[in-house]
Parts: sequence; structure tokens; C-alpha cells
Amino acid sequence: MSKDYKDNLPITRTKFMEEFRRYQKGSVSRRHFLGVTGLGTAMAVLGGAVPGLSSRPAQAFGDLGDRMVFSTWPNYHNPVNMEEFTEATGVNIQVNAFGSNEEMLAKLQAGGAGWDVFVPTNYTISTYVELGLIQELDLSRLPNYDPGAQNPVFAGPATVNGKVYAVPKNWGTTGIVVNTNEVSPAPTSWKEFFDITMGAGSGHTIVHDYQLTTIGAALCAHGFSFNSVDPGELAKAEKLLIDSKPHLFAITSDYQPGMRSGDAWMSICWTGDGKQLNTDLPEMQYVVASDGGELWSDFYAIPTDAPHVDAAYAFINYMQDPFIQVRDFSVHGYPTSDARVDAMLPESIINDPILYPAKELMDGLEFGAAATLTDPGRAEVIARFKAA
Amino acid sequence: MTGQEKKGRWVTAAMLTPSAIWFLLLLVLPLIVVAVFSFGERAPHGGYSPAFTFEQYANLPSRLKAFQNTLIIAPLGTFLCLLVAYPLAYFLAVKVHEKWRLLLLVLVIVPFWTSLLIRTYAWIFILGGKGLPALFEMIGIDDLRLINTPGAVVIGIVYGYLPLMVFPVFVSLEKLDKKLLEASNDLGGSPFRTFLQITLPLSIPGMATGCMLVFILLMGEFLIPAFLGGGKVFFVGNALVDLFLQSRNWAFGSAVATSLVIIMLVVVTVYMRLMMRASAHRDDVSIL
Repeated sequence: MSKDYKDNLPITRTKFMEEFRRYQKGSVSRRHFLGVTGLGTAMAVLGGAVPGLSSRPAQAFGDLGDRMVFSTWPNYHNPVNMEEFTEATGVNIQVNAFGSNEEMLAKLQAGGAGWDVFVPTNYTISTYVELGLIQELDLSRLPNYDPGAQNPVFAGPATVNGKVYAVPKNWGTTGIVVNTNEVSPAPTSWKEFFDITMGAGSGHTIVHDYQLTTIGAALCAHGFSFNSVDPGELAKAEKLLIDSKPHLFAITSDYQPGMRSGDAWMSICWTGDGKQLNTDLPEMQYVVASDGGELWSDFYAIPTDAPHVDAAYAFINYMQDPFIQVRDFSVHGYPTSDARVDAMLPESIINDPILYPAKELMDGLEFGAAATLTDPGRAEVIARFKAA
Repeated sequence: MTGQEKKGRWVTAAMLTPSAIWFLLLLVLPLIVVAVFSFGERAPHGGYSPAFTFEQYANLPSRLKAFQNTLIIAPLGTFLCLLVAYPLAYFLAVKVHEKWRLLLLVLVIVPFWTSLLIRTYAWIFILGGKGLPALFEMIGIDDLRLINTPGAVVIGIVYGYLPLMVFPVFVSLEKLDKKLLEASNDLGGSPFRTFLQITLPLSIPGMATGCMLVFILLMGEFLIPAFLGGGKVFFVGNALVDLFLQSRNWAFGSAVATSLVIIMLVVVTVYMRLMMRASAHRDDVSIL
């Protein structure tokens, strides 16, 4: 039974006013949040640019139930947004954090995951559609989503065979974070990354526990495509990885603790983590490699067997509100593909070279490919590398 | 058969049914599924597709290192656990005044109130560069690497599993008949000799139980090596997590799991035999 929330407009107008007041109270904790996150200073500038609440579309919520399950990535949301959604709708959000798209796919494939909303990455969506694991979205239920405001480069993968299965969350790049106190000059390519790892920086490098980025980096170092599934090229990448293994500090996607403790000097790194590390420790530099790497975008999507579809739509719609997106950004530091959000961000952020790398570096990056996700060869290479 | 006996059988059967169903549904059935899957193939998009092939078992050597690590570090961790736990259990059972005993026993359990995951995560910072190595640097020991080494994994294991070893040993030491110690003393045995010939042999059942508990759990461990080994100290448990959650190769994962179960059965059987022989031997001695 799906219910249009406009049915309940008279009741929810009062609810909306309640929400409005909570919002005003909530703004205190927002400042608090900006203070404790690394982006505080930048966001202080931003504060003036954030439009008043009046510009938020009036949201009315019908009976959405009291809970939903949301599967996403670590360090990727502003808790204030989540709490506010729960206060406004009565829907409690159970959050699961994942380490890789493969793991998400494994859970959905096994069935009975019970998720209502999850955050897949661009290259996985066509596979989810093919396997019948996600639903086509009814965009009329997402009035906050503005297709015209989206950068098609990042929003594009959500459309499969002319149907929209997801709406964009954030995008970013996969590059290298370097502690320049220890490694100077910083590497500019994946080739240099592995050379330093097996040379002067031995014992201080982290690679991800994630086939896409780790195999991708080794492939780029050889001059191959980040997405290659060619057995010959994969064999060379595997050899490079296994040769470098004794020189690695760790194989983990949770690389911030190692970088912060000084044990690790270099790591494969995503935009937001690079930004967070650089803000706290200026010697940490984020490098987009000249020999390639990944460009990615994440999405909100609803699994086919989602038990709370109404809550799922309400949540995604809420998260598409530009103001809410800015608040999310203030915590995680990943850009969005939404021009309405960019318009709210100050010049200093739009010109940040970590968040928005130079065009010539961006041109060398590739989106992950669908074949990369499901290729058994790549799955086995990373498993053998870890078990070696 | 009298009516009484018949009734008794019915009661026994009725009382055993829940646990029988439990074991059937949650142990026997899943084991059969795993065994069947291990002869299958990985489906194109991951998962399982039916087949009959020994390919998965032929691929086992690619995980040799994981089996080696597990079969070295699990017994080593068990042994070190015993070394650390025994004096503690001895102190609690024999030395400590009765009015403190309960409190101290509770303190042994207190760590269980926090999830092992969180406690193990804390060790990442203790063993990391700004933790213990920074302290060692102050006394002139430079460039000490603790985190992400087999040593770190062993430390994590001893820390995490210690209570499981302390309790069985404590129980066997507490039951120890103090009169035997007095008798040994009266007959001129030194305290050390009394310990070697009376206390130690009589606590073997507790040690055996503790070792079994710790060893079996360690064979399936994946969390501690993942956190404190930094992905570089790899157990069979980690290989299984990878195969099911990352590669989604259920067939090969099942083959690895089946092999692990078989290895454990063999090791545990041999261990039980040895223990039974040891205790039978001890009975002979006591008769003499």
C-alpha cells in the first residue's frame, strides 16, 4: 500500500511547524558539528551563504512506519541530518556501514537483507538491475530531486535502459594520500607510489582491502586501464602487488588510524578522507595520480525487497534537499553532482584542489566498469594477494 | 518392559527433541549444504551454481599460507594463553582469601561486558606507532614495529581469550582436595614437588578443557588477525570472509570451510585420544 504524503497535508502542516522549531534548535548542534569537524573554518564562511529555512520545500510525511534500514559507507553522513529525519517522521534509521561494493552485493544476493535504502557506487548499478535486486524509482515521489541540476557525468550511471534506478549522493576520486614529512617529494603517479613502497618508504604503505582500487592502482602503475580484466595484465598487477606485500604496512580500507599515528606514510585514498586528513594534519597531501585512477559517484537506491518503501522514498527525498546535502558535506567533505549545492558553497571550497582536481588530472581518471565488479579473475587476484 | 519404563522413555525423548531439532537444523543441515556446495562452481555473478567438480579442492593450495598461519598461531596462542592463565587461576583458587575471591573472579569477566571488536580496535592504538613503540623509544629502543605483525595478533589472542582459559583451570584447582597437599607436605615433599606431582596432574582436566575451548575458537578466528594483523597476517577465517563477502565464490569458500572442519576434527580427535591416554596412565600410577 503506497500512500501519497500529500493526502495528509492538513495534519502534517503542524508537524512541519514542529519540525521547523526543532530545526532552529538543531542549528546549534550544527555549529557544534562544524566546530569539531575539520571543515569548521571553511563552513564558518559558508554559514552566511546558507539560505534560510523558508526556501526549503514544505515536506509532509504520511504514516511511514517507525523504522527503516539504511546501508551505507563509514564516515559518510551528518548524524544531525539522521536525527532530524527521525524527529520529523518518527522513522528510526538503523545504519549498516560497509567496506566494499562486493560486500553489499553479497548481502543482497544472499537475500533477506531487509534493507530499505542503500548506497551503491556507479559501476555496480547495471549489475543490480540485471540481477533484479533494485527497483526503478518513481521520481514523482522525490520532489527534492532536481534532474536538471545534476552533472550528467556523475548522475548518468543511475539510468539503465532509459529507466532511473538511483539518485546521486556524492562523487569523488581515488588517489594517494602522502605524509610529506616522511616522503618528499610526494609521488605523482601509481608507478612512483609502488617504487617508493618497495624502496625508501618500505614498511609504511597502506593499500585498500578492496579489489577495485588496489588492483586498479597496480594496473595503472603498469600503464594499463584501471578496469582491466585482461588475464595477462591482471597477472602483472598481481605480481606487483605480491612483490610489494612484504613492504606494506597494512592491507585495509580503514587507513586513517594508520596515517594519523605516523606508522603509515602513504595510502590509497578517497577524496573525503584526503580532505579530512589534510585539514587536521597539513603535511598530509592528496595526490591524483598522473597515470590514472578512479572517478566515482555514489547513489541512493531502493532494493527490490525493501520492507519500508514509503519510508525509503521519504528518506531519499529528504537527503536530496540541497540544505541537507550541504550539512552532510560539512561532515564528510565529498562534493555532490547537484548544482544547487555548489551554489551554496563558498569560493574557497569550489576551488579546493583536493575536492575538485585539475581538469588534466581528471581526464586521466576512469569510472569503474560493471565487468570489474563481477569479474572472477579480479576477485581471485585480490584474494590470492591477501592470502599470499 | 514395564509401563513405568515406557513412560520414562517417552519423557526422555520429549526432553531431547528440542535440542535434536536444534542440532539438526543449525548444525547438521548447514554442514550438508556446505559439503554439497564445495563440489559446485561459482555462478557468473558470484554465489553458487550446481555442478560436480573437484576443482575447488584442487585450488586449495592457493590458500596454503592461511592454513599454515592458522595451524601455527592457533596452537601457539592457546599455549601462551595457558601459560598466562595458569598462575592467575592458581592465585584465585588457592592463594586468595575467600572473601576476595568472588570479586576478583568478576573482574576476570568484566572485559566481556565490552564487545571484543571494540577491545581489539583499542589495541590498534596501543600497538600503533604512537602507543607502546613511542614509550620504548624513550628508553632507547627505536623503530619497534608491533602493529600488523604476527606478534600483535598473538598479543590480541592472549588478551581476548584469557578468561576462557582461566575459568576451567580455576574450577579444577578449586576442587583440588587440600588434604592431598597436606599429606605430601607431611611426607616431606617440597612445595615445588607437591605442585609438580599433585597440583599440576590434578588440574589437567581443567587445562585440557580450557585449551580445547580456546583452540577450537581460534581455528575460526578472523577478527583479531584482521585488526591487529592489518590484513597481512591471514587466517583461514579471513580467507572465508573474503570468499563469501568479497569474491562471492561460495563453492570455493565451502571447500575451504569443509577442509577446515576436517582438519579440526582430526586435530581434536588426536588431542582427545592423547588426553584420555594421559589420564588413564595417571590412574595406573595412583593405583601403584
